Amino acid sequence: MPKDFGIGANSKRREDVRFLTGDGRYTDDINLHGQAHVAFVRSEVAHGRLKGVDSSAAEKMPGILRVFTAADLSGVGGLPCGWQVTDRHGNPMLEPKHPVLAEDKVRYVGEAIAAVVAETEAQARDAADTVIPDIEALPAVVDMKGAVAEGAPLVHDDIGSNLCYDWGFVEDNKAAVDEAFATADHVTSLDLVNNRMIPNAMEPRVAVGDYSRATGDSTLYTTSQNPHVIRLLMGAFVLGIPEHKLRVVAPDVGGGFGSKIFHYAEEAFCTFAAKALNRPVKWTCTRSESFVTDAHGRDHVTRIELALDKEGHFKAIRTDTYANMGAYLSTFAPSVPTWLHGTLMAGNYKTPLIYVNVKAVFTNTVPVDAYRGAGRPEATYQLERVIDKAAREMGMDPVALRRKNFITEFPYATPVAVQYDTGDYIATMDKLEEIADLAGFEARRAESAKKGLLRGLGVNCYIEACGIAPSNLVGQLGARAGLYESATVRVNATGGVVVMTGAHSHGQGHETSFAQVIADMIGIPEDQVDVVHGDTANTPMGMGTYGSRSIAVGGSAMVRAAGKVIDKARKIAAHLMEASPEDIELKDGKFTVAGTDKSVAWGDVTLAAYVPHNYPLEDIEPGLEETSFYDPANFTYPAGAYACEVEVDPETGKVTLCSFAAADDFGNIINPMIVDGQVHGGIAQGVGQALLEGAAYDASGQLLNASYMDYAMPRADDLPSYVVDHSCQTPCTHNPLGVKGCGEAGAIGSPPAVVNAVVDALQRGGHTDVTHIDMPLTPSRVWAAMQG
Amino acid sequence: MTKVSMTVNGKSVSGEVEGRTLLVDFLREGLELTGTHVGCDTSQCGACVVHVDGEAVKSCSIFAAEAEGAEVTTIEGMAAPDGTLSPLQQAFQDHHGLQCGFCTPGMVMSAAALLKENPRPTEAEVRDYLEGNLCRCTGYHNIVKAIMAASGQEAAVAAE
Repeated sequence: MPKDFGIGANSKRREDVRFLTGDGRYTDDINLHGQAHVAFVRSEVAHGRLKGVDSSAAEKMPGILRVFTAADLSGVGGLPCGWQVTDRHGNPMLEPKHPVLAEDKVRYVGEAIAAVVAETEAQARDAADTVIPDIEALPAVVDMKGAVAEGAPLVHDDIGSNLCYDWGFVEDNKAAVDEAFATADHVTSLDLVNNRMIPNAMEPRVAVGDYSRATGDSTLYTTSQNPHVIRLLMGAFVLGIPEHKLRVVAPDVGGGFGSKIFHYAEEAFCTFAAKALNRPVKWTCTRSESFVTDAHGRDHVTRIELALDKEGHFKAIRTDTYANMGAYLSTFAPSVPTWLHGTLMAGNYKTPLIYVNVKAVFTNTVPVDAYRGAGRPEATYQLERVIDKAAREMGMDPVALRRKNFITEFPYATPVAVQYDTGDYIATMDKLEEIADLAGFEARRAESAKKGLLRGLGVNCYIEACGIAPSNLVGQLGARAGLYESATVRVNATGGVVVMTGAHSHGQGHETSFAQVIADMIGIPEDQVDVVHGDTANTPMGMGTYGSRSIAVGGSAMVRAAGKVIDKARKIAAHLMEASPEDIELKDGKFTVAGTDKSVAWGDVTLAAYVPHNYPLEDIEPGLEETSFYDPANFTYPAGAYACEVEVDPETGKVTLCSFAAADDFGNIINPMIVDGQVHGGIAQGVGQALLEGAAYDASGQLLNASYMDYAMPRADDLPSYVVDHSCQTPCTHNPLGVKGCGEAGAIGSPPAVVNAVVDALQRGGHTDVTHIDMPLTPSRVWAAMQG
Repeated sequence: MTKVSMTVNGKSVSGEVEGRTLLVDFLREGLELTGTHVGCDTSQCGACVVHVDGEAVKSCSIFAAEAEGAEVTTIEGMAAPDGTLSPLQQAFQDHHGLQCGFCTPGMVMSAAALLKENPRPTEAEVRDYLEGNLCRCTGYHNIVKAIMAASGQEAAVAAE
């Protein structure tokens, strides 16, 4: 039975009440007195020389305040990149300038060229429609291999190449890996595409800049997963505003999935323009703009090879990937195909030798950066697809082949530089076999066959590295920031607690789950604990929420801070009861002297801290408030096994997802209900990638499916209910809660399950020449594959 | 500018609008009822669903002037005056039918219209009815579960 409160309870989410009654406060709900509105003029060509901007008509339009172009942004820096990757030869990546408004060239459809500020949003848009950029179109580079071919047009003339970096990992392993392949009993190789995803948080991005001439203070309200990061990047690198004069607020945020990590041009522009015009400036992104301005995700083209001995033991893995950066380096883009991808290529398996090569390429497309999973789904997809293919080639059962190669002893140091602290991959696979009823598949397949449908089963494992990240390690790998997290725990005089966290909730339910932890530690009701996040003015410097890091890193900071608070409260309680602090126990909201019936309530101790009449003032200060910055010792390694069953209509190629089961090991769980929800949502995104979604660029760099009319978002009737289980729990060994994080698992583990299932269905249906189909598995692609 | 008058959540309201003003903009900006959201510009996402004369309508797909004289209900009008959640809203909280909350107002308004038309829908009918409401967080599992529970069919809710 779940507990009724605290850690492990299915506490109902407190944030739901405001969201269910229309009382949420999202950025677009904020309207400041005297606010003006901005509309951006965006490039309609993918690549061209920007020779001028004619805004003369716009300047005569009603309500117009000012039209800005790059020339009006003197003193404004480029948008910085937060991670510098070093290539195989020890050279830094190529890092072109990323301007707020296009300067001499436009480099993707959607790039902002001019900003039109007017009294109303409609006036700004009307005027923006009349601005005419003078662009000399140039040939666009869209295809990655074409972009690095001899003589390809350069996206950035000044850096001399479209190859951002050529990264090898682990470079010292390369010769040994090549040797293992040369002598292997069996080699399976697979070419595949990890399709480009458009994140599509349901809330489009919004920015509202504000400025006070009286104080010189700037404020930015923005749809961000990490307001402190935006304050640091925008303040220090773009606008030159010190942190104490810049406040960034990310209020209720309607989903992020990575796309709201990054610092975007519109944030910097609204903050800049508010000062230039001395009035608030608001920008609300339309969905059509989101498609061409939110950083995209994935977009890898890969060849993976797996070397095996004749018994099926994995001997080596070698991969060769082209990773699309788009036209500019978004905030964390260089880290995604490298350190968030190469380090995960061992998966759940004992493979002694691994070599990963990644060529990151500039193209005339929207910048690409982290999207739910970020690098880890790309690693998992390749590995779990090539294992399935190898099993088929060698006549082995794909589950048995995986089991044969599972890592079983922990800690385990992989050949790709990470150390898994704990896990039990046999347990999650056993659990999966049970909840997915793998034994009953054959009967279900026979039923499908009676309907004329081809049924297939796809099974795979995944591992991810969460809780990013030990700062000293990522510093060595090129991160230009620390990746700790912070929390302040403030206890009020009457015993209520406020937690101020640097993490940010945009759907994850931190206001509930963080409060559960504190309530559990002290033994007070959850409603005595409030959680504050999203405002640099009232939270300690923190790195925000992404990479399933909130509870593993932010929760650890909170536990540390709460621990300090409790230690101090224990001393006060000892004073009040004239006992030694070592003898004081805290349980159920009461301090007790061990072995006696003497006790004092939590609220009496907290009151004493703020009304210190009977108080050891010579030893301890009044008040009860502590802050911790927690820097993790390692990543955490959630892992699991997923299974999916599909029916393929042989007449049309349409794939129907019949069932999806997920057995995950997230370590300890704070709120099982919330964890289930995170997995459900991740699965839907992964299934969307596998069956429906994908950015479609034509050769000229036009995004062909830039609206919900054309981009196939998963809908309720595309998906089944899921079976999810997280009863296999190997607690993380290096953080105080033993938690691993659960936010991305579903999106990482599900695409290979779906593709494995469709290929299985076709194979069983006699299409034995079909060994792979690239995502998304649309009816036309599946049908074409069946035609040979 | 044209004057429009309508009843919103039981209250008579009026305002000056341009001919092109959409109902959703009148609600959000004119009346400051910001619970109704705008998630797209092609009438696909359903975050803006309200009830107009009892029918579920995407408020981005009609002009404010078209709602002249209409009875409009928004998410702000769904709970009891003392703030008690309606059974449908309560089911969304009980079954974790929302995460970021952005699609939620539209989901609740669509679900309310469904249950009015079809008080005991099957799971397939719920999924079919929601085809005009996008959610990126929940994978729909718990939304469907909440609506089934609100229809009194808790037992029919798929296993966890």
